[in-house]
Amino acid sequence: MTMKIQKILNILTLLTGAIAVTVTSLWIGQQAYSWLPVQAAAESKLIDDLISFLVTLGAFIFLGVTSTLMYSVIFHRAVKDDFTDGPPIEGNITLEVVWTAIPILLVFWIAGYSYQVYEQMGIQGPAELVHLHNPLGMESVPAKVLAEPVEKIDVLAKQWAWVFHYPEKDVTSTELHLPSDRRIRLALRSQDVLHGFYIPAFRLKQDIIPNQALDFEFTPIRPGQYRLTDSQYSGTYFATMQANVVVESPEDYQQWLAQAATQKPSLANNQAAAEYAQTSSQSVKTGWVTVPPAAPTLVNSPG
Amino acid sequence: MTNIPIEGMLLPNEKPNHESPGNWKEYFSFSTDHKVIGIQYLVTSFFFFLVGGIFAMVIRGELITPESDLVDRTVYNGMFTMHGTVMLFLWTFPSLVGFANYLVPLMIGARDMAFPRLNAVAFWMVPIVGILLMGSFFIPGGPAQAGWWSYPPVSLQNPTGNLINGQVLWLLAVAISGVSSIMGAVNFVTTIVKMRAPGMGFFRMPLFVWAVFSAQIIQLFGLPALTAGAVMLLLDLTVGTAFFDPAKGGNPVMFEHYFWFYSHPAVYVIILPIFGIFSEIFPVYSRKPLFGYKVVAVSSILIAAVSGIVWVHHMYVSGTPGWMRLIFMLTTMFVSVPTGIKVFAWVATIWGGKLRLNTPMLFALGGLIMFVFAGITGIMLSSVPVDVHVNNTYFVVGHFHYVLYGTVTMGLYAAIYHWFPKMTGRMYHEGWGKIHFWLAFIGTNLNFLPMHPLGLQGMLRRVASYAPEYQFWNVIASLGGFLLGMSTLPFIFNMVISWMQGEKAPNNPWRAIGLEWLVSSPPPVENFEEIPIIISEPYGYGKSEPLTANLPE
Repeated sequence: MTMKIQKILNILTLLTGAIAVTVTSLWIGQQAYSWLPVQAAAESKLIDDLISFLVTLGAFIFLGVTSTLMYSVIFHRAVKDDFTDGPPIEGNITLEVVWTAIPILLVFWIAGYSYQVYEQMGIQGPAELVHLHNPLGMESVPAKVLAEPVEKIDVLAKQWAWVFHYPEKDVTSTELHLPSDRRIRLALRSQDVLHGFYIPAFRLKQDIIPNQALDFEFTPIRPGQYRLTDSQYSGTYFATMQANVVVESPEDYQQWLAQAATQKPSLANNQAAAEYAQTSSQSVKTGWVTVPPAAPTLVNSPG
Repeated sequence: MTNIPIEGMLLPNEKPNHESPGNWKEYFSFSTDHKVIGIQYLVTSFFFFLVGGIFAMVIRGELITPESDLVDRTVYNGMFTMHGTVMLFLWTFPSLVGFANYLVPLMIGARDMAFPRLNAVAFWMVPIVGILLMGSFFIPGGPAQAGWWSYPPVSLQNPTGNLINGQVLWLLAVAISGVSSIMGAVNFVTTIVKMRAPGMGFFRMPLFVWAVFSAQIIQLFGLPALTAGAVMLLLDLTVGTAFFDPAKGGNPVMFEHYFWFYSHPAVYVIILPIFGIFSEIFPVYSRKPLFGYKVVAVSSILIAAVSGIVWVHHMYVSGTPGWMRLIFMLTTMFVSVPTGIKVFAWVATIWGGKLRLNTPMLFALGGLIMFVFAGITGIMLSSVPVDVHVNNTYFVVGHFHYVLYGTVTMGLYAAIYHWFPKMTGRMYHEGWGKIHFWLAFIGTNLNFLPMHPLGLQGMLRRVASYAPEYQFWNVIASLGGFLLGMSTLPFIFNMVISWMQGEKAPNNPWRAIGLEWLVSSPPPVENFEEIPIIISEPYGYGKSEPLTANLPE
């Protein structure tokens, strides 16, 4: 009789634990959205949903494993003078099969979901590959988007500055202006070392490789000001290589473009160049010799 | 199979010819005793752990404020480059080779490694690597500043114009370290295959030996790629070849492939022996056999096999085509299957045992919990769309520090405390050990947990300055980092004082099952007067059966 009660109690404990772990994981999964920047591109939302899903699943596994361990640590301690061994259980085939099969299924689930998100994002790969054949994951840029006009902008990365060129109006700028709700296609170029194009609010990143043409597509959806950073370490002033990103309505965008086209080109401010000049003028050297910043560019809109 | 004698190879029944002075001087000599070499590795690598830690303190000091205001940007870049290089090539690798050196021959019932002289040569290359890297601080232009990946073209820029510069010394050091590790790998694999005592079939080997075996096989197939990549980069830098220099038609992405083809499996070279240490420690302090021994043993080999086909997950945004991204996403996620098997096996080993939370058990439990966390962020990173966002951010830095500090360094501490009585013949101080554990556990989480929100918000790794909105979590991380630095002090005092005047250790203070616990503490020079004959499975807790036919229990 007491055995039976004990067994029911055990099952109840296990059930309560499982429910608590599940509820907590679901709650943590919802919190994940607040750990991320605003969703400024169509791609951001897709990625955030995936992150929230993975956080929920991860929290469930983490809490499941740690609470089991903690239960053992609290309730399965050796009594002070008990130097005997525990039960000589060497394994359990059923259990081992289960905990091999479940992770395999989970892997396929996570990989399948990730693949789906990746398809929806329709990220462009190396341009020459796109032209040669149609690699997986690029077939699926939604037809609606493909039909829309694409806004083409050239991006030049150099040690340690960003230069944007709008071929339509032949405008150069150190600030990246983008129309919202339009598909953007960037042609990414580097004149010296590896750089990385990364706007956290868009959740998008692409390395820029010298001597390689890379197209990169996305759709901004939320007007506002964001930050573009260099995501691939590029040498001494790497951290300063940032630019403002302005997403605005297509009308405001056209207006900015037209206005910039009338401006006379001038030299853009550059933090790396300013710091380099200051360090070079110091009589006491506190650092080592560095590669000098690339020559500044004349731009219509220095931002 | 015929046994062809190889010159310089020790035969299983042969007694190694050690000329040991039997005092502290032998630790500074070209000793061929695997136990001396093991301790040489451990002490040398711990010294460099402290050096790498000081670099980390400078990094955390710089990052406590958003502006670049503590050191010059070139110095900061040198700091994170050398921090990563030292921690990998001079701390985790050599310290684990140290444990493998000390334990593998004892655990398989051998008198030494298969190639004792090769073993000594491999060790003495480590101080050379250290001298090259430390020396680079004192030459014009300072040490390498291209990060521990040394991606070209940045690593080829050489602003001093000198032939001898930090990057050249760095590449030489990495190439020498690679040669040393390949020598070690040949030695370990041969030792484990050829030197096992009678009765010790593969499925009677302790799991630490299985883990070392799997890890060293990775070294054999992976390291030649990195070493070749380093030599090609060195040629680009010194004699003007154009393997990787895009300005001359080279391909910098090719270097990324060479680099990660080895450097991702390298993570498993580091983590597998730690899994082995967990598998040794949990049964002892839970008084239960390891759950699912055979499956855990085979999963080490599986991890080693899969590790060879995951490297492109470091390059999802390096202009790799879509099909490559997706294949490598799937292979990377599959690492979690054999790894999950191990984690569940350890939990099941602990479950229902008779636990004693001595310092080694605390470190192993803390390490296991932080490893589960690192595994989960690892799965997140393997997903291409998530990685497109967090690649090269602090999320990655947080993830791999949970692996390399939270798991590897905690596991190493667990191993140091567990085998300290065996190695020194003295007991350590339990109270100070526990203080060390709590400082290290709290410090690790304070330091590395905040890196995850920072990365999700988009803060990039390797920046000397950052936007003010990231400051809050950076201050917490820096305070955690300083606490972590302080946490090594009780450890050092405990080790030094216990080694000098600790209580004398018996042969088997933990009532553990294993050949190393059947010999005296510290073991005699020849390990076993008589080669043991193994008659039972490892981890026979609760079964009261003898492990060998001929050694007194």
